[in-house]
Amino acid sequence: MSAHSEHHVVPVKVYLAIFGALMVGTALTVFVAQFNFGVLNVLIALTVACIKATLVILFFMHVAYSSRLTKVVIGAGIFWFAILIFMTITDYRVRQDWHVGLGSLEKPAAEQPAAPQPSGSGH
Amino acid sequence: MEIAAQPAETQEESVNYLNVNHTVKSWLLTLDHKRIGILYLLSISLFFLIGGIYASLIRLELVTPRGDLLTPEMYNRVFTMHGVIMIFFFLIPSIPATLGNFLLPLMLGAKDVAFPRLNLLSWYIFIIGGAMMMYTLVSGGIDTGWTFYPPYSSIYSNSQVTLAGVSIFITGFSSILTGLNFMVTIHTMRAPGLTWFRMPLFLWGMYSTSLIQILGTPVIAITVLALAFERTLQIGIFDPKLGGDPVLFQHMFWFYSHPAVYIMVIPGMGVISEIIASMTRKAIFGYHFVAFSSLAIAVFGFLVWGHHMFTSSQSMYQGLVFSLITYAVAIPSAIKTFNWVATIYKGSVSYDTPMIYALAFLGLFTIGGMTGLFLAAMGLDIHLHDTYFVVAHFHYVMVGGQIIAYLGGLHFWWPKMTGRMYSEIWGRISAVIIFLGFNLTFFPQFVLGYLGMPRRYHAYVPEFQTLHVLSSAGASILALGFLMPGIYLTASLFFGKKAEANPWQAYGLEWQTASPPPLENFTYDPVVTHEAYDFDSVKEIQEAREKVAVTA
Repeated sequence: MSAHSEHHVVPVKVYLAIFGALMVGTALTVFVAQFNFGVLNVLIALTVACIKATLVILFFMHVAYSSRLTKVVIGAGIFWFAILIFMTITDYRVRQDWHVGLGSLEKPAAEQPAAPQPSGSGH
Repeated sequence: MEIAAQPAETQEESVNYLNVNHTVKSWLLTLDHKRIGILYLLSISLFFLIGGIYASLIRLELVTPRGDLLTPEMYNRVFTMHGVIMIFFFLIPSIPATLGNFLLPLMLGAKDVAFPRLNLLSWYIFIIGGAMMMYTLVSGGIDTGWTFYPPYSSIYSNSQVTLAGVSIFITGFSSILTGLNFMVTIHTMRAPGLTWFRMPLFLWGMYSTSLIQILGTPVIAITVLALAFERTLQIGIFDPKLGGDPVLFQHMFWFYSHPAVYIMVIPGMGVISEIIASMTRKAIFGYHFVAFSSLAIAVFGFLVWGHHMFTSSQSMYQGLVFSLITYAVAIPSAIKTFNWVATIYKGSVSYDTPMIYALAFLGLFTIGGMTGLFLAAMGLDIHLHDTYFVVAHFHYVMVGGQIIAYLGGLHFWWPKMTGRMYSEIWGRISAVIIFLGFNLTFFPQFVLGYLGMPRRYHAYVPEFQTLHVLSSAGASILALGFLMPGIYLTASLFFGKKAEANPWQAYGLEWQTASPPPLENFTYDPVVTHEAYDFDSVKEIQEAREKVAVTA
């Protein structure tokens, strides 16, 4: 509510600059997709996407000019999302250990991406 | 002074939020939080009735070991619809959307919530989602269990999964909007003098609940939507055949659905704090601890979801972490329980209907919570997972905790909401019947589960029949107990004694205004000058208010 009272008028130039940056980001994603960086493929695509999302949140959604409380709310949302991702990904990372056995974890994916699943044995 | 005060009282009563306009349009287009609370009350009561009918069918089926009342397919649909309706359309909206909507601005000394239109919109969204669920129900229902686990739900189930998913997706927005509204209202619309630590604990509960609603609900919304996409467009997200991972669904589902348990029970805890303080005429022992424990439950509740997945091929290491945090989350709940008991100790206790519910809550919630720790132990969970032990555990928390608290709250604030007193005798009788019926229904299920009776089976070995019959007998008593308030509360609207502004001599802004409250809640601008639950000041405040009313 109080955020409304301090309405910030953003110059059109800023919007255009952000729009330009978003377009560059999109072009970069498409361009990079033509090369195979192995495990870095997803990382690069997601990094560009995150930067673009941050720009949208900060400028198009006016968070950069909002009250500290609004920033805390946005931060909380991102933090909670990070909890979901972190705990889920750690499960994926260590789930194999249990089922395949310790030690076999160093090998998978990187060497033979298209290889059949590490092992169906014993299941 | 009393004689002089009377004209002012009657004048206040003459125009209130109920009688200001009687048209249907005035109700359907109302922006008044009190009326919206009543609209929610009526809607969720209908859903509770429907969910209850499904529960009755389940218990009837389980009277005999052979599945002779319903076919297995039908039984799957019945328990799924029971779960879906009760959880998404009754338990989650129950206290926040009805009592919360009605009371939050009153307790804050505000005229309404921060966004009244959004508030009405949230009810309409709820009704649209509910109508879709009703359509799902009549067009075949769903048979996946309320947890919608893929790949059964995404590929094999021959029922209305997509429709149900979309309905839950839509209803989720109602929950988010209510949470958002409450949070902004608490931040911005507190009466002068009402600092955070003077707020009633019910409001701390509502604030914590709103936090979960805002942060968690989007995840369930996107999860069921992803499921719907996989089902209709064959996009591989959860189904291994399409390259997806079913455990991913469980992670995403429980990220919301475990905290959702706290959406259901934290408001209940808030209600219990209010009832216990008023009925013992004491400030809640350890107010700050009780307030912060609500927040702690809300935050830590987000870190325990993996305890639903100990047997789902989740990593053991992950399981250890989730198990440990699950044990930790019991601490704030225990803080509350011990502080409530300490509040009752040497209090001037009156055993009115709300207090009977509060006492029932203390016992039942403790059993529900403690048996949760059994299930949080990874080793024991392998034995108890997917058995009736789990069913008993969450019904002790959900019915023994949440619904008991909701009924306690409904009785406590009924005079404020309707301006009428209900029959105290019938109130007490039904509270005791519900308590007895509940225990007879669900306690045998702990034993059944421990002995190995799996949940979601419509037939079972004959050895389990005695316990099942006990449970079903309890369910019929429980049903009777639930019907009774429906009857005597409705009757009180027509024949009940008129309620005073503060029939319990309770502390709190909502008790300082007339029953039922006027259109804009207060005929004066409330200012808070005392700490929370300062019962010594109740009389003083009342007299001062009457003086002001008379001179005005």
